[in-house]
Amino acid sequence: MAQVTYIEPDGATRTLTLAAGTSVMRGAMDAGVEGIEAQCGGNCACATCHCYVQDPWLDKLPPPSDDEALMLTNVAAERRPNSRLSCQLIVEPGLDGLTVRFPDRQS
Amino acid sequence: MDFQAPIVVVGAGQAGVQVADSLRQEGYSGELLLIGNESHPPYQRPPLSKKWLLEPGAFSALSLRGAEALQRRRIELKLDSEVTAIDRAASRLRFSNGEQLAYSKLALTTGALARALALPGASLGQVLSLRSIADSGAISAALRRCAAEDRPVVVIGGGFIGLEVAASARKLGAAVTVLEGLPRLMSRVTAPIVSEAFERVHRAHGVELVFGAQVTQLRGSAGCIESVCTADGREYAAGCVVVGIGVVPDDRLAAAAGLACDRGILVDDCARTSDASIVAAGDCTARRLADGRLLRLESVQNAVEQAKSAAAALLGRERPFRAAPWFWSDQYDIKLQMVGLSHGYDQVVTRGDVQKPAFSAFYSRLDA
Repeated sequence: MAQVTYIEPDGATRTLTLAAGTSVMRGAMDAGVEGIEAQCGGNCACATCHCYVQDPWLDKLPPPSDDEALMLTNVAAERRPNSRLSCQLIVEPGLDGLTVRFPDRQS
Repeated sequence: MDFQAPIVVVGAGQAGVQVADSLRQEGYSGELLLIGNESHPPYQRPPLSKKWLLEPGAFSALSLRGAEALQRRRIELKLDSEVTAIDRAASRLRFSNGEQLAYSKLALTTGALARALALPGASLGQVLSLRSIADSGAISAALRRCAAEDRPVVVIGGGFIGLEVAASARKLGAAVTVLEGLPRLMSRVTAPIVSEAFERVHRAHGVELVFGAQVTQLRGSAGCIESVCTADGREYAAGCVVVGIGVVPDDRLAAAAGLACDRGILVDDCARTSDASIVAAGDCTARRLADGRLLRLESVQNAVEQAKSAAAALLGRERPFRAAPWFWSDQYDIKLQMVGLSHGYDQVVTRGDVQKPAFSAFYSRLDA
């Protein structure tokens, strides 16, 4: 289990407790967090679950796979150094406190 | 204060869920009903022909929106409900159980049906097609059984669904034959050079590919499939048959209610139908383009983007959908991603290694 905090595009925050193994995208979709579309449902095929990983979490995450790195070139909002696809971020106890922000557009 | 009937969305798939979501995001605060004819809450279909066949998992992995998400957006879900008619004059829906429901505005997101094989023997047992989570479970079980009993799987149709099923069958250890009527794979959506790359991949994985195959009948015994016959006199033994020959937009409700349809509910690029109170989105639609052509797209992106247009239209706003379409397919460890429509190209340029295959294909038309 780990707590993940989501910052919605308008700045509102929601903190969810997610089971280890759950993706950050899945947690957001199940709870109706605003600012995410996840059109492909977690297949790393659409870049509509784009998030900005907030400090200090970026370096604690495994780096993007080749597939994710490629899809990150297609995000609709500005791509930043802390851009990740939330479907590829898998919750584990070491990520307790992880905070991500969703951009104002996904497509 | 006047009673305001709810906005009703008929069809709880990708498009239906998005219409409901977008109505809330656009500020609609009235009653909102999402009606589904299956017993499951809204779920994603793309994995059903891919990883779900290999490993049917917990339903929650397919869920499109959790109960909490629906509750938060005040979307009332009505499942196991079959709408049988739209009474446009009275703005009411009729259900198979005799119930009736008034609507203020209506969104039709009824999806598509798997095209049926209109041939003798098509209703034999273990002749399967894929649309729902139940279909996927049945196909997954059939593939495993064929692998265990050492009986071949015959796939009719060399498009996305057929090839994804073929790849899954090989991964599960079953022998697979794909019967395709045209001279190459995925001919509706890719250039020959892409088809050829996928032919090599499937053959390297041990799939038998048969082109120009005109299936004439399916034979069985004791009500169960035994073989598939083609016009050239060949007969392919089959422990199960998976039919992947495309889909038919489900415009039955709309057509019966007198809405303009042409193999799909006719909509403009704002998802408006011929009735000002009714919008439609997703696989059930045929969209009229500026040049008059009709475009039928079966994809998640089309469902989502049309649904956003539809929600806006219900609230009297124009939000035309004109983004470039994209699609993807997973076969073995290869991901095929496409953006834009490739019809009418006169040149294909590739970059990368076509043999590997790890390459990009660019379609161009010089006179455009």
